[in-house]
Amino acid sequence: MNRHDEAYAALGAVVDPELDEPITDLGFVRSLVTTGGDVEVHLRLPTSFCAPNFAYLMASDAKDVLTNLHWTEEVVVELDDHHDSDIINAGLAAAAGYRGTFGHEAEDDLDDLRLTFRRKAHTAAMERCLTQLLRSDRALPEASLGEVRLHDLPDNETTRALLRRRSTLGLSLGPDALVMVDHHGHGYPPDDVPMTLRRARSTRISIDGNAHFCRGLLRTRYPAEPSAALPDPAFVQLATLTIPD
Amino acid sequence: MYEKDGEKYFIVDAHIALWDARPENQRNIHGRQFIDCFYDYHRNLSPESEVWSYEEYLYQGGDRLMKDLFTDGYVDHAIFQPAFLGEFYYRGFGQTDEASALAAAHPDKLTYNHHFDPRNGEAGLDQLRADAERFGLKGVKLYTAEWHGESRGYKLDDPWAHRYLEACQELGIRNIHVHKGPTIRPLDRDAFDVADIDHVASDYTDLNFIVEHCGLPRLEDFCWIATQEPNVHAGLAVAMPFIHTRPKYFAQIMGELLYWVGEDRIQFSSDYALWTPRWLVEAFVDFQIPDDLDDYPAITTEQKKKILGLNTAKMYDIAVPAELRLPAADEPAVGPRGADNVTAADHLVGA
Repeated sequence: MNRHDEAYAALGAVVDPELDEPITDLGFVRSLVTTGGDVEVHLRLPTSFCAPNFAYLMASDAKDVLTNLHWTEEVVVELDDHHDSDIINAGLAAAAGYRGTFGHEAEDDLDDLRLTFRRKAHTAAMERCLTQLLRSDRALPEASLGEVRLHDLPDNETTRALLRRRSTLGLSLGPDALVMVDHHGHGYPPDDVPMTLRRARSTRISIDGNAHFCRGLLRTRYPAEPSAALPDPAFVQLATLTIPD
Repeated sequence: MYEKDGEKYFIVDAHIALWDARPENQRNIHGRQFIDCFYDYHRNLSPESEVWSYEEYLYQGGDRLMKDLFTDGYVDHAIFQPAFLGEFYYRGFGQTDEASALAAAHPDKLTYNHHFDPRNGEAGLDQLRADAERFGLKGVKLYTAEWHGESRGYKLDDPWAHRYLEACQELGIRNIHVHKGPTIRPLDRDAFDVADIDHVASDYTDLNFIVEHCGLPRLEDFCWIATQEPNVHAGLAVAMPFIHTRPKYFAQIMGELLYWVGEDRIQFSSDYALWTPRWLVEAFVDFQIPDDLDDYPAITTEQKKKILGLNTAKMYDIAVPAELRLPAADEPAVGPRGADNVTAADHLVGA
């Protein structure tokens, strides 16, 4: 792998916390240029008014993963076309950290914010696995989902996605571990199972819906500009057609 | 009024604006960025035939508004929900004088809601009292991500916000429309979080809290608080146009809202001039939950009638012809209203 592709692969580990998808898949990497050990990345978002705290998290995570590559020297990450571009880019250039970047608007750190969305991502991944199970076996009573264990899930990408989210939260990956658990790994009594699934479903719908909307807005905003490194084969002018789900 | 297949629908557009985003009103680059963001929403979610030019989008004026809503759009009554955005636009984004004059000229068709900002302190409270008298306010529109000097957002349970909500109680301003945005202080927290609405809805049970774009992008958090608070309502601004570009997602939104919030507390709006009501009304009357989403029951004609107008008419005491009225559903005040499982609902309320 050449350095450009290595840097791009490293950016694949940076996730939009709200949408729970890599910024490379979302098309947020506008450009990536490597010159010797120097790397310059430009990021872009679906609107100028995407939340600045999430924008900062993605940009600073991008700088971190690139800086952590053994061969990088100067790493420049800039966020383009955002209402806080100047603030965030100056903060990144000076390695000022979150509080140094946002000054009086930052109280402590963004750890709680990140944790909130990691928990939501886990909830949604859990719902996808359990709903998949329900749909594959229509005879399965909903209330029995509280007893499903990790080894009951099929070996597929939906399950692997759940395992990754569990790992992030420090939840058990043992084959006998319950699938339907809260953020601390506790299961639910049978009476609570249907409502827990219902709530998890609304979380999943919310995340999926936001992700799809953001992708559409990004393409509307940058109609003639495919993202860096991987041109999108499905790239089309979205204003002119209906998008099937 | 809209009529289709022998059914008549009384239409209330619960969230409209008369804005001016023309360059001469833009205070800085953020004024440009803000209207560009709206225009991308418009272009991304509208059918091709309904896409306006950028020039048209910057400013519409009262005549065009009246035509789009009442001549072409089937709307019987509409409610202004202006955003101030004084940090982005010299004369503000929502045009107070023009919109309120239009409402005064057409009181049968238009209601003017105004805005307040709790960071304006005592002076703002005096202004709110003056505005309540000037406009005869029944409601206010609050944008919690409004920039204000050094601050770029507030929460509804901030101490000063309580003072303003108490003033609303005194002044008979019963309908608090809340629009969450991307900034808040401190930035450590999720600006879209709706927990503050939960707190004030519990504290001010005689006020209605209408959460615009039904909490999106936090639909799930919104549904959860609305389930527990009988005075929290869902505004469909921004959610409506998904009916065209993303009908399955729209079906899921409606399915979730009808389940958690119930048919009596959902309000249609076009979010004019983000979108126009004509195509949205037509599409919604024709809309049905697709067969592959069998998690949700079909949406009934009665539910559509309530959402399209009767719910907001009731909240704002707008006269509805007798033959178009419907009784409230026999749903609980709290708990999932669409629940077919009473045990689960009871359990939830106790949770």
